[in-house]
Amino acid sequence: MGELRLMKGNEAIAEAAIRAGADAYFGYPITPQSEIMEYLASQETHKRTGMVLLQAESEIAAINMVYGAASTGKKAITSSSSPGISLKMEGLSYMAGSELPCVVVNVVRGGPGLGTIQPSQADYFQATKGGGHGDYHLIVLAPSSVQEMSDFVKLGFELAFKYRNPVMILSDGVIGQMMEKVELFDPIPRVTEFDQSWVATGKTPDRERNIVTSLDLDPHKMEQHNRDIMAKYERMKKEDVRYEEVDCDDIDYLFVAYGSSARICQKAIKLAREEGIRVGLIRPITLFPFPTKEIAHLGDRVKGILSVELNTGQMVEDVRLAINGKVQVEHYGRVGGVIHSPIELLEALKKTFITK
Amino acid sequence: MKTTDNLNMSTEDLIREENLVYKKTECMTDAVLSFCPGCGHGVIHRLTMEVVEEMGIQSDTIGIASVGCSVLAYDFMNVDMTGAAHGRAPAVATGIKRCWPDKFVFTYQGDGDLAAIGTAETIHACNRGENITIIFVNNGIYGMTGGQMAPTTLEGMKSSTTPYGRDISLMGNPIKITELVSQLPGTYYVTRQAVHTPSAVRKAKKAIRTAFESQKLKKGLSLIEFVSNCNSGWKMTPVEANKWMEEHMFPFYPLGDIKVEGKLIK
Amino acid sequence: MNEEIIIAGFGGQGVLSMGKILAYSGIMQKMEVSWMPSYGPEMRGGTANVTVILSDERISSPIVNQYDTAIILNQQSMDKFEPTIKPGGLLLYDNNGISRHPERTDITVCQIEATKEAAKMGSSRTFNMVVLGAYIKLKPLVKLENVITGLEKSLPERHHHLIPLNVDSIKRGMELVATQN
Repeated sequence: MGELRLMKGNEAIAEAAIRAGADAYFGYPITPQSEIMEYLASQETHKRTGMVLLQAESEIAAINMVYGAASTGKKAITSSSSPGISLKMEGLSYMAGSELPCVVVNVVRGGPGLGTIQPSQADYFQATKGGGHGDYHLIVLAPSSVQEMSDFVKLGFELAFKYRNPVMILSDGVIGQMMEKVELFDPIPRVTEFDQSWVATGKTPDRERNIVTSLDLDPHKMEQHNRDIMAKYERMKKEDVRYEEVDCDDIDYLFVAYGSSARICQKAIKLAREEGIRVGLIRPITLFPFPTKEIAHLGDRVKGILSVELNTGQMVEDVRLAINGKVQVEHYGRVGGVIHSPIELLEALKKTFITK
Repeated sequence: MKTTDNLNMSTEDLIREENLVYKKTECMTDAVLSFCPGCGHGVIHRLTMEVVEEMGIQSDTIGIASVGCSVLAYDFMNVDMTGAAHGRAPAVATGIKRCWPDKFVFTYQGDGDLAAIGTAETIHACNRGENITIIFVNNGIYGMTGGQMAPTTLEGMKSSTTPYGRDISLMGNPIKITELVSQLPGTYYVTRQAVHTPSAVRKAKKAIRTAFESQKLKKGLSLIEFVSNCNSGWKMTPVEANKWMEEHMFPFYPLGDIKVEGKLIK
Repeated sequence: MNEEIIIAGFGGQGVLSMGKILAYSGIMQKMEVSWMPSYGPEMRGGTANVTVILSDERISSPIVNQYDTAIILNQQSMDKFEPTIKPGGLLLYDNNGISRHPERTDITVCQIEATKEAAKMGSSRTFNMVVLGAYIKLKPLVKLENVITGLEKSLPERHHHLIPLNVDSIKRGMELVATQN
């Protein structure tokens, strides 16, 4: 059993970054995730593991520092919250195009614009559909507990290097700010051997120079590059879809929810079952690749599906694509930093499908 | 070797070691330069790579190409390179250098990249004293996109977005970013050079060498501005462009060292 | 066992740290715990509250509508949370600054003079520990020894010399409710 600690989600992310053998963190302060950089600073990472920690002049600079570190094969991580993530999108598009691994944490707050510092899940589209310019996806992991905040940093680096693609940990203010019991994984030493087939660490006489870029002015080569990247996404869909089913053995209705909403749904399920309403939950853990097949499969067994999100209806579009008209799919969610309560979700379920 | 002998030499004679007068550095690729004839970029590329070869640091050198005419620098420079987004090269360089403090890291940027869209990255990398080298090519125009006004475009200078000349009351003043960053304690060596004459080329190469050598000292950032031409963008012949550069660019952007060993000398 | 607690008062009253110590004590007893604060500008001198859940099972929602226990330290929080206590639940409050006392009769109400007692002990800043002591006496879910461990874990080392004072305050809180009830 690993070390047990009571930690905030944000602190768990930071501790996990050190333990995962991250080489560098570059960031810029923004509520509600500033504890990540503060925690790293308190740990004096340069002494603990040699990990680089630098507060950048902007989110744009931070993601480009990550780009630089990643282009040399280093494990780099950054974190921010929604408005800051918008600024990082340019860099993330370049990283996806240049096929560079990294982990970027988004502790989502409400928008649009400056919005609110309160929790939200309004960045689903931005996270899962690319977010920046061009045809690309991030691998998106959605933790719903402080434990997963820690575990997904490790998993995130594994996936980022498996596919050489940026991974986003899409959290929110609830998971970032809450404290729970965490079992920390054992520290992994930092990597010192790099894959010389692609890293830009200096051309040695035994190999050709390596160029890290997303540019190719030859349209046919660029088309092939795009197709190669798309092939990776197809492979992700086959090999790395993650999800959790809760109380789905006997169901008439289904909640689809991720992150903090999935937690609240679980309480709503308890309340519903006390009233004899048979409802379960599927919780996508990877939002990209999305558990399309698994949702379609559950769709065959229910009378209605409620996509519960702290936004005005984003993931519901992917749920509808998965269900393809077989059964009614609706959305319920609060926005602006207001968080739906378990009773509210039960009422929404009843009103949408049962009492009408 | 007499000139007449030269004319009568066979190919075999020409390539004999003792007859060699110039050899392209191994740190440049064999790709034919795609820059416009008369452009300064090719010379600056070559000088930079000659310094890398002479210092024997090819296996420890990482370059960062930026956006603009410098975007394809990695086609010509035979070192490991990374292509940065527009203006972000100093941040990319920071990320690399912080992880590899003993490598030689340089950025190669134009004026639009460094002094407009990348101003924040430039100033903060300089202010943090990142131990990198910035090679800054200032031709007073956006060459790659077709000759639009740059932050460094002179007052009255014509460009495709200032067809009647830059009106500073509307478009602001040209920025002397090199003087600006020289004021920051994080810069160690700041100089302004050109490559339009043989003597300028010799001085320029010395400056690049000084900049790369200073990375070893870990005392701060070195920045070399090259005042250069863009005969295509300026719509002049190469000869006219160099003359115009001497007459108009140099008075506003005077050549010479600005900061040496961390001390302002101008 | 599943205990859902709201602790609410002014920012600076030690609401969040009281919750943290309680959560730590729960971990010592192998419970599942969650600690969910209100955060942001309202922390700066306005009202602050934290939801703490102690449970034998995996905790579903860290955010709940109704509470088994409300620990109330100011009037705004009294107005906001009195109606949210489950029938049969507990309302524990410090009477300092309370102008309208609770009216519900379907819950257990316990008033203590924590501010006054802490002042008497010469440590008004540990009044939150007096309240915590009262809580663990009224609902003995966590043991005193585990609360003390929780205190050690959640206080930064530089404040460890204050632990005995905090422990005395907790014990005083326990005595207060023991003599009252």
